[in-house]
Amino acid sequence: MKDLNVVIAGSAGEGIQTIGEILSHTLCRQGYSVFAWQEYESRIRGGQNSYSIRVGEEPNNAPLLSADILLALNEGAAKKYEGLLKEEGVLISQNKGTDGMIAIPFDEIAKEEVGGGIYANTVAVGALINVLGVDLETLNAVLERTFSEKGEEVLKANYKAAEKGFERAERDCGDRCPWTLPPRDTRHAFISGNEAIPIAAAYAGCRFISAYPMTPSTGIITALAKAQERFGVFAEQAEDEIAAINMALGAGYGGARAMTATSGGGFALMVEGISLAGMTETPLVIVLGQRPGPATGLPTRTAQGDLLFAINAGHGEFPKMVLAASDPKDAFQKTVRAFNMADKYQIPVILLTDQLLADAHYSFRDFENFDNPVYHLADPSQIEEYKRYQLSPDGISPRLYPGQSGHLVCVDSDEHDEEGHITEDLSGIVQAMVEKRLAKFQKLRSEVNPPEEVYSEDVEFILVGWGSSRPAILEGIELLKQEDIRAGMIHFTELWPLPEYHFPEGVALWTVENNATGQLARLLRSEFGLSFEGTLHRYDGLPLTGEYIRSQIHAQHRNV
Amino acid sequence: MPSIETYNSNAENQWCPGCPNFGILQAVKKAFVDLDKKPDQICLVSGIGQAAKLPHYLRCNLFNGLHGRAIPVASGIQVANPNLTTLVVTGDGDCYGEGGNHFIHAIRRNPNITVMVHNNEIYALTKGQASPTTPLGEKRSLQVKGVDIEPLNMPMIAITNNCTFVARGFARKIDHLKTILVEAVKHPGLSYVDVIQPCITWGTRPVAWYEERVQELGEDHDSGDKKAALEKALITDDTIPIGILYRTEPRSAFAHRYRSEVTEGPLAEMPAMEADQLKDILSRYIP
Repeated sequence: MKDLNVVIAGSAGEGIQTIGEILSHTLCRQGYSVFAWQEYESRIRGGQNSYSIRVGEEPNNAPLLSADILLALNEGAAKKYEGLLKEEGVLISQNKGTDGMIAIPFDEIAKEEVGGGIYANTVAVGALINVLGVDLETLNAVLERTFSEKGEEVLKANYKAAEKGFERAERDCGDRCPWTLPPRDTRHAFISGNEAIPIAAAYAGCRFISAYPMTPSTGIITALAKAQERFGVFAEQAEDEIAAINMALGAGYGGARAMTATSGGGFALMVEGISLAGMTETPLVIVLGQRPGPATGLPTRTAQGDLLFAINAGHGEFPKMVLAASDPKDAFQKTVRAFNMADKYQIPVILLTDQLLADAHYSFRDFENFDNPVYHLADPSQIEEYKRYQLSPDGISPRLYPGQSGHLVCVDSDEHDEEGHITEDLSGIVQAMVEKRLAKFQKLRSEVNPPEEVYSEDVEFILVGWGSSRPAILEGIELLKQEDIRAGMIHFTELWPLPEYHFPEGVALWTVENNATGQLARLLRSEFGLSFEGTLHRYDGLPLTGEYIRSQIHAQHRNV
Repeated sequence: MPSIETYNSNAENQWCPGCPNFGILQAVKKAFVDLDKKPDQICLVSGIGQAAKLPHYLRCNLFNGLHGRAIPVASGIQVANPNLTTLVVTGDGDCYGEGGNHFIHAIRRNPNITVMVHNNEIYALTKGQASPTTPLGEKRSLQVKGVDIEPLNMPMIAITNNCTFVARGFARKIDHLKTILVEAVKHPGLSYVDVIQPCITWGTRPVAWYEERVQELGEDHDSGDKKAALEKALITDDTIPIGILYRTEPRSAFAHRYRSEVTEGPLAEMPAMEADQLKDILSRYIP
């Protein structure tokens, strides 16, 4: 089957998320792969937002632009999103309106036939299930899972609401809705970036998170706070991002694997602390969920605009690592890696995500087999005389935590000697300490993974991207292939230090980024002396998609 | 039993000769002797400034961080390892200026730490600019026509916001300060000690001016009486009351609930997540 795209549109507070989640889960249960993403305005109620569900047989975790089915909860939503509908697509609306739409008064049905407007959303899901040719039983199983905690009465009313919606769609949609999704044997994990990262952090041995709420990273501390006992991670809402990073540094020095999570504006405040982590050689993981800036920008939208900021964050020269996850599975793996590398090299590690990756739900056939946490704390019984900053060829000193043993652990933001005491001995230890820290960078670089290469010998050009755009780039390549345009991909998820890597020669390189200035391209130009034939940027707050990439290639690539 | 020498450090002291900071250092050492603390049980945390160098002059664990950020660091350390006796050593510029926000929120958060502020009413290390506690009218390099901003009285702010241990000491009354510090460290929850520490280089008034005005609180002072405490927190031109201004039943300390439900010990010693547990958690994401 070809992938279907169902878009649910409505105002904030009308319940598009509830509908979207229940429908997504139902389709997953039916054995399909689902990719669900949202775009929403920065407000509590009102506005017009959408929740898109892409359903197919195999995971295709990139947003689709066009809709097969549009469910509009109000007239404004219908008007705003109608343009997405394919020619043969169907608009289902709560209200009567333009020709060709199917009107199902969810609210009225809920009030009159179920027993309250509160069940309107389930009426809507019931209708959609019918339209998609899925059995009510599958939906009922999801409803049970979703509502059983609210009691028998609520659950029964939801069953009834689903049935009423289902019946009404059966009556009114008829031949116009030809879709059918029979049950399949496969089951996919369905998970978002902000769900994967907290679990990965707990698994990686994180014991402390302090953060200040900021979209799109808030979900990380929320999840850890909710599972505080089960995950064993202490979660604190800091008074600001400066406190957040310094508290995490205190916990890290105190022996606990620690993290913080924020977005660009909060990260700007944390930069001082990143430098402190560099100087004190305290392990720390920072998740930077990107959204469009500068300043407050588009608070609920997506972008890849902070790559160079992350790489350059912190005054002075010191090693750090910057990773950018491509999807929730990669985000899981990268989170574990971030903790391991922060611990091994005693450095700050920044994990870049963005609103798309944070909020969107992806499907995976196998969401398992991740790297194990590796711990690098020294054994105090093996140390006679302890020096926190003992010089060593690779720059890595044995790390103990205070109170672990009789050894004293002294760390300083000032330049310091091997024991951690302030020094201004310019002709002595100062230079050695600078070199010690930078020596770690060389060793770290040898451990960085090269970019992923997807291309054949005969490609016309290669799209070079990073982070969350991977699924969109792959889809763009597929779409171009159908038109006999041969494109390849080189995709980075480990961005600093850059790995030792040789780009293929004689092939045109295009940069594909969710930003306006081509930050990866700038980085690669300055580090590798590369030049790029073309640029493909998106900076309107929406994510890159395969269709967008394809259309941009058509618009820009002369040979097409 | 430890002695004063137990805490002697090899680090070269960078304070001006005759600085009242030496008295504070002595008082801290004496307090640790009384408290019978070994150096590895103590963690001193500081920011930037002359006061912030104190941890280097005492044999102990130490984290000398950034200007104004000592309190969040200490709060993190305390959660990670509650067995440590964690003290923040800071100055008025460090704690009330750059770090004012963290101080106020530490009162809310109530971590089990002691915050000791060397209050010399001036930015000394940057050579004499006004701090949040510099008196009105004082002419300084940046306050060329004299300070025209009302100075902060942080002990009053702490008392009104129900910090459960608020004291004021004087750097020249070492044993008195020591007694305060012993009680402060024993107090479960945030204990706050503002220490009058006249700067002999950049100070606004000579040390003798303070010596004449410092007045130890008598036994008649009821530290549990908030109104009385506020009255004593006031500094007038005639008197500077010192002693434990306010002390009340400690509130539940930062991370107390987590400790009682998850672990009492250092977070670093908690067992890792089992593979089975991970599998179980991930299975919930298959609808």
